[in-house]
Formats: sequence, C-alpha cells, structure tokens
Amino acid sequence: MSNEGQRDIPGMFAGLAATTKRDLLLAWKRPGDVLNPLFFFAMVCTLFPLAVGPSAEQLEFSGPGVLWVAALLATLLSLNALFISDFEDGSLDQFLVSPQPLPMLVLGKTLAHWLTSGLPLVFVSPILAITYRMPLSVVGVMMLTLALGTVSLSLLGSIGAALTVGLHRGTALLSLLILPLAMPIMILGANAVSLAATNDIYSTGIWALGAYAIASLSLAPYATAAALRISNE
Amino acid sequence: MTHKLSGDNLTLIRGERCLFQELSFALESGSLLILEGRNGCGKTSLIRAIAGMLSLEEGAVYWDDVPVEKVRQTFHGSLVWLAHRTGLKGDLTLVENLGFERSLRAHSTQDPEEVYERLGISRLKKLVLRSLSAGQQRRVALARMLLSNVPLWFMDEPFTNLDREGRVLVMELVEEHCSRGGMCVMAAHQDVEINVPTTRVKIQ
Amino acid sequence: MWKWFHQLASPPHFYRISLILAPWLGISGLILVAYGTWQGLFVVPMDYQQGDAFRIIYVHVPSAYLSMMAYMIMATSGAIGLIWRIKLSHAVAAAAAPIGAGFTFLALCTGSIWGRPMWGTWWEWGDPRMMSELILLFLYFGYMALRSSIDDTTKADKASAVLALVGIVNVVIVHFSVEWWSSLHQGQTVFKKGTMDADMRIPLFIMLIGFTLLFGSMLLRRIRTEVLYRERRTRWVREMILSPGGGA
Repeated sequence: MSNEGQRDIPGMFAGLAATTKRDLLLAWKRPGDVLNPLFFFAMVCTLFPLAVGPSAEQLEFSGPGVLWVAALLATLLSLNALFISDFEDGSLDQFLVSPQPLPMLVLGKTLAHWLTSGLPLVFVSPILAITYRMPLSVVGVMMLTLALGTVSLSLLGSIGAALTVGLHRGTALLSLLILPLAMPIMILGANAVSLAATNDIYSTGIWALGAYAIASLSLAPYATAAALRISNE
Repeated sequence: MTHKLSGDNLTLIRGERCLFQELSFALESGSLLILEGRNGCGKTSLIRAIAGMLSLEEGAVYWDDVPVEKVRQTFHGSLVWLAHRTGLKGDLTLVENLGFERSLRAHSTQDPEEVYERLGISRLKKLVLRSLSAGQQRRVALARMLLSNVPLWFMDEPFTNLDREGRVLVMELVEEHCSRGGMCVMAAHQDVEINVPTTRVKIQ
Repeated sequence: MWKWFHQLASPPHFYRISLILAPWLGISGLILVAYGTWQGLFVVPMDYQQGDAFRIIYVHVPSAYLSMMAYMIMATSGAIGLIWRIKLSHAVAAAAAPIGAGFTFLALCTGSIWGRPMWGTWWEWGDPRMMSELILLFLYFGYMALRSSIDDTTKADKASAVLALVGIVNVVIVHFSVEWWSSLHQGQTVFKKGTMDADMRIPLFIMLIGFTLLFGSMLLRRIRTEVLYRERRTRWVREMILSPGGGA
C-alpha cells in the first residue's frame, strides 16, 4: 500500500463525536422526528385533566407524577427508532467492523438521542408544569430531575432498542422491556419533585438520579453493544 | 507490508442448518479470495463471519497468524466492508457521508476529487444519497473504499445493480488494489475473472 | 470434577439423569408439601394478630422465594450459556422462565388474598414487596416475549440472556427504590418480618423445601422437553425415540 504512514486509526472519542454529529445532522434533516415526541408529551399532559377533571388541588398534587409519566412515554416513543435505520441500511454492519469500540459508537448515538429527545423535554416541561400550577421553584427541581432522568432513560432504553431492533412488532416489545428498567428512574424523579412541592428535603432523590445516570453511563453502552451484535446476526 | 488472512476449520450453524463446516482458507497480500456458490448457500454468512460480524460455531480466523479476537482493533482497522446495504445515509450528501467515514477509520492522503472523478460521481457531491440511483450509490460506496487506506477489502456481491461499465470498473479497482499489495475477499454468485492470483472456495 | 460437569452439560447425558431424578424430586416434594400444608392449615395455632388468615404464608412465602430463585437460575444459566457457550445452559434458562412467572403470579395472588382481610382491598399499591413482585412479573413477561419474537433459537438464547442479566441489576434497584417510595407515602405493610414462633416456623421451612423440590422436578421436566426440541434433529434423539420403550 502506498501510504502506510496514514494508517492511524482515529481515537475512540473521535468515533463518539463523529457518531453524535452524524445523528444530530440526521435529526436536523428530519425535524419531525424530534418534534413528534414533544407533541406527544404535551398531549399526554392534556389527557389527565380531561380524564380526571381540572380541579386545582388535584392538578397541583398530581403534576409531578403526570409530567414524569408523560416524559417517560414520550421517551419510549423516540427510543423505538434509535437503531432501526442503522440496522436496515447497513450502518450497523459498518459499526461492527469498525476499529472503534462499539460501546463508544453506541454512546455517541445515545448522546445524540438524549440531545434530541431528553433535553428538549427538559425545556418544554416548564410550559406544561405551569399549567399544572407548579410553583416556579419546583419547576426548577422538575427540570433537574428530568435532565438527569432522561440521561438514564436514553442509556437504558438503548439496551431495549438494541434487543428489539429488526423484530416484528418490536415497538410494543420495547416498551415492555424498558418499563421495568425505567420505573425506578420515574419513582425517584417524580417523588423528588413531589417532595420539593411540599418543601421537604428532596436531595436524596436528586443524588440517586445522578448516581443512576453515572451508573448507566458506565454500564449501559456495553450491554447495548452486546445486544446489537446479537441482533445483527 | 504484507499481510495474511487465514481461516481454520470454520463451521457455522444458523438456525438449524449447518451452512458450512471445517472450511479453511489462506489469503496473502496481492491476491483475491472468491467465495462462490448459489444464492442462499451461505457465502454471505461466511464472508460476514470472516469479517467478524457473525460468531462461528467452531474454528477461528487469523490476521497475520494471530487470532482475530486478540487483535480486533487492528484487524478491523485494516479492512473495509462493501455490501448491498452500503451503510450510507440516504438523508445525507456524499460529502457528509464520507466525512463521517473518515472519522471511523484511517483514510488515505489521496485527493478525494480524483477519486470522485474516476468513479464518475463528482457532479453528485451536493445531492442527498436518497436521490441517487442504486448504481450511483454503489459508486459512492466504492469511493469510500478507495479513500480508506486499508489493505483488506471485503466485498459481498459487488456486481449486483451495476451495469457493464460498473462491473468493469469494480474489476479494475480490485486489480489495482491487489497489484499494490492489497488483498480482497469477495462473495460472488457470478463467474468472476480478475487478473489477479485467485483462490476460490465453493460452498455447497 | 470437571469431567462430571462436562458430562452434565451434554444433552443426552443430562436427559438420562433427569429421567431418573425428576420423579424422586417430585414425589419427595409432594410429600413434604402435603405434610407442610396439613401442619400449616390444621396443626399450627392461630396467629395472635391476624387470625387464621396468616396461614396463607405457607404458600405465599415459598412462592415468592421461588419466584426470585427461578429468576436467578434463569439469569445465571443465561450468563453461563453466553460466556462459556454451553447449549444446555440456555435450555435451562428457557425452561425456568414460565415456572418462575407462574410462581410470581402465585405469590401475587396469595399476597392479595392475604392482604384482603388486612388492607380491606385486593390490592395495595403502597406495599413495596408486592410492587417489587409485580415488576418481577413484568420482567418475566418481557423475557418470554423477547424469546418468542426471535425465531432463531440461538439468537433468542443470547438476546434473552443479555436481558436477564440487565434485569437482575434492575430487580435489586427496583426493590430499593420502591421501598424508598413506600417510606415516603406511608403505605401499610402487611408482611412484617417479625419473629415467628418455632411452631409456625417449622412447617414454613418444610413447605419451603417441599416447594423447592417440586420446583426442581418441574424444572427438570421442562428442561427435558426443551432439550428434546432443540436436539430434535440429532441422532441420539432419533435413536431414543425409535428404541422400544423410548424415553418417558
């Protein structure tokens, strides 16, 4: 080969950055994919008062819970498509034979996913929270729990997405697989906000969410990578 | 720098079928390995197994006489994969796609424009891949192959969807690559004749 | 010692052992359960606080215990199959899942029956143990659903092994988070782990062992069926079926 000296494989963070960048670029070209889950979030938040009545105390009491459930469902919706297009167009094959460690590439995709689903949710949530008569100080806590929680959701959700990619009726199965994983996150998040609303100490919940995020960050990419290899066979 | 790709006693079972057993091969720099067989015989599975995408029931693949599991990063850093599903994104342009590829593996210092010229895709640079024909998309994938600086090429059915001109182009590219000391593993179901030392493995 | 282990991992060998072992486990299990049930229902004195209702623990506790043990078996054998590529291991995992799900369901039902006189309702969302058990049921369903959606057996084995391993971590986390949640909302817990009289404890112990033996017997039977299915094309299965009096 003529240029032997150029055989430097880019470092693993280059792979992560490139994957994130590509997925962000793809999301930019299809803004609907980002907006749909947000509208879904808003709609679920609308369903509750319509179903159980708009009484002020009820709204204020159930606000944190409803918002968290809605955020969880919206994230599930967006997780479905995480690996499907890569599976179908052969990008997954390319990932599997790339010198970059697969967990890093997975992390890149998951980061892009969070940036296009979790983070927007964080910024849209105050609007809905206010309609649930949530005081502004509590809204801050809500945004914090959502920010931390959606990180874990994206990471753990990627495991489920990897296990179900390419399966017939994968969407329903994905929800079934991810919900048990997501429940602790939702419990911690929603209850931390409820505690904040009653002026109780809520830091336990926040710390736990943070720990969850860090643990997911270190472990989930490996599980997802293993699942992708299996699903791609 | 010469390389060697070899496989020893490869056995693969998919579902309940045994696709191939106790298959061995060796490939040196400058030569071509063709996996032949009818459709559905398992040659795609074999080439994917050699590249490391499928796990083998038995046997091992060696890169420079070291089991591939031990040098996975080096091995994968030394190969590029071309198949019907190209792994290129339809929503992105040629330039955006190949830019991504550059960050995954080593790339040559060759001027990309020359490569585009050669493959006849220069004027398609700014278009999203979705709007290109299948043959043109395949040429973009070939560009990716040429622009990467790796010794080992994997090609799974490279001639489908190409017109005669395209087929001749692919054969030329393989010939040049091998004459420069590269090596190529190809799965093909048509009779392929390339002017390069060739080993053929037929799968029943 | 490894030779014994490797022999065990060979399907035909395991099949033969299981044929012998399963009935023994089943019968001894039934005897113990029968004795334990008789003791629990008629002999053990009434509980000071809960009256006769507490007797359901003689079914509830073993079920709950087995529901978790089955999950551990499922996850561990999945891991063994994944790491050491022992095919029988995957068969064990596949066989354990429905049994585990069944015991989980039984635990939930008996828990609900126990709770009715205590809580006044059939279900108390505030109870951490029952919530964790419910989530365990969902984990089982997810596992079985994943298995059945993947056609290729090997692929299904590997994917569900990954899922089971992720689930194990989750089981622990869910347990703690639900307990925290329950402590916030002051739910009524029925299942106090307080001290129990020796009279009450011994039948419980007997039931635990009896149930476990039964579980073992059921598991061996199901593994046998799994093995037969997975190895249906091999010579040893064919020979065994064709031989006179071929395999139970």
